[in-house]
Amino acid sequence: MTADSQWPLWEVFTQGSKGLPFAHAGSVHAVDAENALLNARDVYARRGEAVNLWVVPSSAIVASAPSDAGPFFDPGNDKAYRHPQFYKVPRGVVVF
Amino acid sequence: MANTTTAPHDDPALVAAFEARIAAGESIEPKDWMPERYRRQLTRMMSQHAHSEIVGMLPEGNWITRAPSLRRKLSLIAKVQDEAGHGLYIYCGTETLGVDRHELVNQLLDGKAKYSSIFNYPTLSFSDVGVIGWLVDGAAIVNQTILAKTSYGPYARAMIRICKEENFHKRQGFELCAHLAKGTPAQQAMVQESLNRFWWPSLMMFGPSDTDSPNSGELLRWKVKRKTNDELRQRFVNLTVPQVQALGLTLPDPDLTFDEATGNWTFGAIDWDEFQQVISGNGPCNHERLAARRKAHNDGEWVRAAATAYAAKRASASTEAA
Amino acid sequence: MTRPSVAGDRTSGAANPLVDYLLRIADDRLVLGHRLSEWCGHGPILEEDIALSNMALDLIGAASALLALAGTVEGKGRDADALAFFRDETAYRNALLVEQPNGDFAVTIVRQFLFDAYSVLQLDALSRCGHADLAAIAAKSLKEDKYHLRHSSDWMLKLGDGTPESHARTQRALDTLWRYTDELFVPDAVDHATAALGVSIDLDAIRAQWHQLVADVVGRATLTLPASTVRATGGRSGRHTEHLGHMLAEMQIVARSHPGATW
Repeated sequence: MTADSQWPLWEVFTQGSKGLPFAHAGSVHAVDAENALLNARDVYARRGEAVNLWVVPSSAIVASAPSDAGPFFDPGNDKAYRHPQFYKVPRGVVVF
Repeated sequence: MANTTTAPHDDPALVAAFEARIAAGESIEPKDWMPERYRRQLTRMMSQHAHSEIVGMLPEGNWITRAPSLRRKLSLIAKVQDEAGHGLYIYCGTETLGVDRHELVNQLLDGKAKYSSIFNYPTLSFSDVGVIGWLVDGAAIVNQTILAKTSYGPYARAMIRICKEENFHKRQGFELCAHLAKGTPAQQAMVQESLNRFWWPSLMMFGPSDTDSPNSGELLRWKVKRKTNDELRQRFVNLTVPQVQALGLTLPDPDLTFDEATGNWTFGAIDWDEFQQVISGNGPCNHERLAARRKAHNDGEWVRAAATAYAAKRASASTEAA
Repeated sequence: MTRPSVAGDRTSGAANPLVDYLLRIADDRLVLGHRLSEWCGHGPILEEDIALSNMALDLIGAASALLALAGTVEGKGRDADALAFFRDETAYRNALLVEQPNGDFAVTIVRQFLFDAYSVLQLDALSRCGHADLAAIAAKSLKEDKYHLRHSSDWMLKLGDGTPESHARTQRALDTLWRYTDELFVPDAVDHATAALGVSIDLDAIRAQWHQLVADVVGRATLTLPASTVRATGGRSGRHTEHLGHMLAEMQIVARSHPGATW
């Protein structure tokens, strides 16, 4: 096998249309930001799936650990008072 | 994403918890604990799949420069390009399992990795483009719609994207075949000849018979695979035979009959010796396919190295400036 | 008894100069798009394979629209496919630059960059020309070609200022292809005739802008603009290099083997 120059991995986030949140689409290999942006455009937006792109070096992504799942996310499940349905409104009143 | 932490030796309690998650229909994410066998089986399956997409560019790519109309030329380029994209998506999925793409590519180029047997057959007429779109992509869709429900999240997500795109492939293939089947006598003969050549290799695409498929049991239990090879093959035949009839074409199988009791089209014996020959590297085009991939890879090395060197210079220039 | 005259025209252009003009724009894109499509499946890295195919699709797509328009203007019942697959090399009107073989990736990128820089200026001017259909096609293609220029410029920098090997290959490609650039800017009888129809672009102005753009990128890529004044021309009147015939032989073989068939 000959020498092999491997390019770093970048994560690609696409915005489907104006106003929508960016969502993870996949990844590409690229040597720098411009290269990553162009590659992401050609790979993940060739059917007009995106109006905006973010590219981030994969090494820069920090993820929560699966073992943290309990302490991180369960406490959010029982705070009913954070949701509008928790609050009663008198009949006939139009809520803005 | 950074490499996933090395899985500890499979602790029975962890395996039990993992299997309970699978049984509950949960999807497994890259950083979740998984048995080492699960990781290996997925890496093997996904890399074979990705390699198949990449090698699969070659037989159809063979006709890009000879496509006989501008419309066919555009759709063929777009299709072969999609295959590069699909390979890329799936390689990205393996990277979430902690395996670098170049490691897998090297396995392919060294002849150590497997890929779909079908791509080792030559494309000898333009109608092969149609028949490949129709049968090979049709077979792939049968496989992949099921794979979109696979237990590994990144693979399932790649597969959903791929299935959407793959539908265009099948449609353009079938449309081309339908057009040729109603075309000049020469075009009709051309598409029938292509169909004759690709029918049996298409059936082999689903892999060995269930009685002879060493990995199937485990893959099914872990919901990596959701149906057996034979089930998928039968489904493909049942879907395809009426399409062949609708085009007024024939299939090269004198034993093909409809079984009223099961509702299945039963077909003749598959030549498994041929299949073994092809997957072990002795098919009609194995040598050419790998040679083409190696040439592209080797010819591209100075290009990849140049881009890397350029980026390194720019990075150090901006550090100095800061 | 009188002998039949053998004194014909000096040129063998089409009767309608607008048809010739449209064919030039169309053929540049068809031939270059075809060349790029030869890379499909053989690119230096997967991401770049996809990028080259995207550019091929844009160019062949633009060529299809332009050929269809040329056929309509000509009014002899030839559609885009008839013009693409049933014209011989001497009837092709593309510039010599775009028919040059792919060579290594440096040749492909330099050829692309030199053309893209010309194309964005040409299309920008055409998008404001007096022929509505042509202007519409030009406006659409302009967006695509601006992206192509960004892509090829980026690669010029990476290859020119990458490794000693990539620098040498890219300089060699630039030196080889430079002789074909002058042709893009030399107005001839067709340009003068279409000017009367409201379709003309200021080639002198475009040449100056092109030169500035090219010199800037070439300089930043640490490459040297060739000093050579050797010029190769002829594509616009059908006098091509020998490369085009081989390309067309491959491109047209299936279509011509089945006369009267549709695909």
